[in-house]
Amino acid sequence: MIRFLSIRLLRAVVTVLAVMTFAFVVLRMSGDPAQVLLGPDVPQNVIDDFRAAWGLDRPLAQQYLSYLGQIVSGDFGISMRDRSPAFELVMERLPATLQLTVPALLLQLCIGIPAGIYAALHRDSLIDRGVILLAVAGFTIPSFVLGLVLVLIFAVTFSMLPSGGFGSVWHGILPTITISIGGIGILARFSRSAMIEVMGQPYIRTASAKGVSWRHVISRHALPNAAVPIVTIVGFMVGSLVAGAVVTETIFSWPGIGRLLIVSVSNRDLAVVQCILLMIAAVMVVSNLIVDLLYGWLDPRLRTQPAH
Amino acid sequence: MTKLVEIRDLRVAFDGVPVLHGIDLDVAPGEALGLVGESGCGKSVTWLAALGLLPEKARVSGSVVLEHRTLSNAPRSELEQVRGGRIAMIFQDPSSALNPVIRIGRQICEALRLHRGLSGKPAQAEALRLMDMVGIPDPRRRFNLYPHEFSGGQCQRLMIAMALAGEPDLLIADEPTTALDATIQAQILDLLATLRRETGMATVFISHDLGAVAQVCERVCVMYAGRIVEAGPVAQLFEAPRHPYTRGLFDAIPRMDGPRTRLIPIDGTVPDPRALPAGCAFAPRCARAQVFCRTERPELLPQTDGRLLACAYPVPTAPAVPQRERVSQ
Amino acid sequence: MTPILEARDLVRIYETREGLFGKVTPVRAVDGVSLAVSPGETLGIVGESGSGKSTLGRMLLGVDPAQGGEVRFGGAPMPERRTPAWRALRARMQMVFQDPLSALDRRLTIADQIREPLDIHRVGTPEERASRVASLMRNVGLRPDQAGRYPHELSGGQRQRVVIARALATDPALLVCDEPVSALDVSIQAQVVNLLRDLQETTGLAMVFISHDLKVVRNLCDRVAVMYLGRIVEEGPAEALFARPQHPYTQALVSSVPVPGRPLDSRIILQGEPPNPAARPSGCAFHSRCPVAEPMCRGAVPGLRVTAPGRASACHLVAGAAPASAA
Repeated sequence: MIRFLSIRLLRAVVTVLAVMTFAFVVLRMSGDPAQVLLGPDVPQNVIDDFRAAWGLDRPLAQQYLSYLGQIVSGDFGISMRDRSPAFELVMERLPATLQLTVPALLLQLCIGIPAGIYAALHRDSLIDRGVILLAVAGFTIPSFVLGLVLVLIFAVTFSMLPSGGFGSVWHGILPTITISIGGIGILARFSRSAMIEVMGQPYIRTASAKGVSWRHVISRHALPNAAVPIVTIVGFMVGSLVAGAVVTETIFSWPGIGRLLIVSVSNRDLAVVQCILLMIAAVMVVSNLIVDLLYGWLDPRLRTQPAH
Repeated sequence: MTKLVEIRDLRVAFDGVPVLHGIDLDVAPGEALGLVGESGCGKSVTWLAALGLLPEKARVSGSVVLEHRTLSNAPRSELEQVRGGRIAMIFQDPSSALNPVIRIGRQICEALRLHRGLSGKPAQAEALRLMDMVGIPDPRRRFNLYPHEFSGGQCQRLMIAMALAGEPDLLIADEPTTALDATIQAQILDLLATLRRETGMATVFISHDLGAVAQVCERVCVMYAGRIVEAGPVAQLFEAPRHPYTRGLFDAIPRMDGPRTRLIPIDGTVPDPRALPAGCAFAPRCARAQVFCRTERPELLPQTDGRLLACAYPVPTAPAVPQRERVSQ
Repeated sequence: MTPILEARDLVRIYETREGLFGKVTPVRAVDGVSLAVSPGETLGIVGESGSGKSTLGRMLLGVDPAQGGEVRFGGAPMPERRTPAWRALRARMQMVFQDPLSALDRRLTIADQIREPLDIHRVGTPEERASRVASLMRNVGLRPDQAGRYPHELSGGQRQRVVIARALATDPALLVCDEPVSALDVSIQAQVVNLLRDLQETTGLAMVFISHDLKVVRNLCDRVAVMYLGRIVEEGPAEALFARPQHPYTQALVSSVPVPGRPLDSRIILQGEPPNPAARPSGCAFHSRCPVAEPMCRGAVPGLRVTAPGRASACHLVAGAAPASAA
């Protein structure tokens, strides 16, 4: 187990390192922060001073090494724009993003999985067909289109909900729905096919043949087996939630990390962008790690066996 | 003869295609009945239908009565009491017939709780006793293992232990040895015979292996294309098969003694259930078939020697041994 | 007669892991097997799962590499695996597997499948290939009107006929069949067994027939080798071997075949199951299940010794008495 964990952890560290390196290189190749931040009409000596102050005049490799050193010591750098620590800026915005993504994830789990399982158990019924149709619609409509449509209907036409901004629970409803719809569709589709597959297995027939009630055949014999593929998908969805937040927060002017990322990228605010990407990578890696651990817990066949 | 189970005119259709065409079958208490036939003949479907275990798209009609209790169209809860309690079932591929994510002890205890109301320590003690009875070495240590940690033969033993948990009056063994190696097959057949002797439960042994059926059964029904074509005591049927299909099955099996000559196969293939021949379903493959056989279907009728037979031109009774062996003698 | 196929001391070692990151254990799946097949002869290989019989079959064709020993085909050493010379030789030796559906390409018609090896090995003109396909189909008992059908439109027995026709297309000298009739119903099985028997009589093909079905092996094979945990434990002419098995394992195997009329009690029921090949018992690998094992069986590995003309057994307890009783 310790061996298993340490290998997974090592892999996680390598993944995070790769993301950091990629972000670092791409950001420095895609334009000069000094030019962007200071504007086009600034004298050359001001630009040079700015570069020297932020260490941008040093060779790339040297910058990279000192960046890594900072990260290891827990220093995520200073925002070039408002001169406060990048980590603090990100942390300020984190609650807003969590207010969207956590309810969205719960919504996905609470609607997607039951809908898929219900559809699987009533295969080829009207409800099953309805679920498939909605699920396909759910994950094929791009979130920016869906967001705008929702705004048009509920904010513009009926004036029931605010079209954007932050504050009350009402503000959060449309963005949360926008983020979660795609994942609900994917989860419903996946839960359905996982459940159909499991229900066709010989051990389900065995359970019925030994007199287990239908309800318990589903809950005790089928669901634990269907959980493995479903958990895999949930792991992936946590990552896609963060991506969804970037688009959705922009549409609804939601002051979360996603919007901070967009603004910081256009400003070439290196430290902030790097800090956010690092955080996203960390979230994905951790969710994958949790999925791996859940596998072993859910399916004894995937557990490492001690040598006999 | 008192009857434990009485099946009358059992019919099954999948998506409008009939696969079982009216089966009449009785099982007496404590008897060992064999159901023999090739794949698709309906031998497994008969019992899955009787216990309501077929998928919902299957259309089932006819009556199944277990000691005055009608199972056909019975409410789900009543069927659930019968399954595993009065009639238990074991299947062909034991490794995939056990739930892979539940510890083996718990799977056995579940049956004990359902049918005998045992839980906790008494359930565990009984499960260990059952595991020991079916020949799992060191059951205490293996109680908490998962199915994948057992071999195929041991999984079938565990399936049998689970089936015995409800102290059933009838055990349906659906090809229980087909997926197992020869020496393990022998062990499982031996175990099934011993258990039947010790518990007095009736056994229905579904198999395509005539030799295995002959060894563990007292009475045999031969099925072809969804119908019983011949039924009778094992010795009678095996010594003098009268339906050309039964005879054909015997002749097609290579022998362990005698000369190594060409086999006598049954020509052609099993008919597609969507396009069954008009008369006797076996007529197109039958060497004895006459014009009558292609237009009229023979009923399953009792014969003077006690067997049931559905054939207008049966094999004459005289020769008791296959053709080629008489030649060699 | 010089054998068409000769194998000497073949060894195949797999590496297995305990769990995902456990320690690697070498498993000797095939452990020093020697055999020979003459032209027109059928050698049966029987054994239970884990005996290494399927691995051996693939090694005989050079599909699986050998860690030790050598295979000679037609008197010459087998060329290196996956070289042009080996590929050319593969036309002379073909394989038939248990599951015909997975061996066939579901998008090709029957005639195309049978013609494929002729195309690959560039045999004859297109017209000659077409007539060869027609005669192959006739030989295996397929109707000409089935040429345009697809595998899923045929029954299991017919599919296996297609696989056999394709294997015979290049006129091989050797056919290795791995459980070719195990998935078929009894009545169809007899058709395919007869087909193999007829083909062999008309073409003089040599065959290696791997199966767990002793009855079929006895009917079809001239000689039989019994494998247990990667080694041949007994070898001999089919009739004599099944009538008077010498090795205790063969005795149990033969006795386990259900025969109508023979009561269950008279059978030898072995205790336990074949050991995991990764944890091979010391000495004779069978001693842990052997009803007659003696202390020496636990220590020394018995070699395969000739016990009578044409017969050999690997058992400490057989050697002395055998020649008299088997003669």
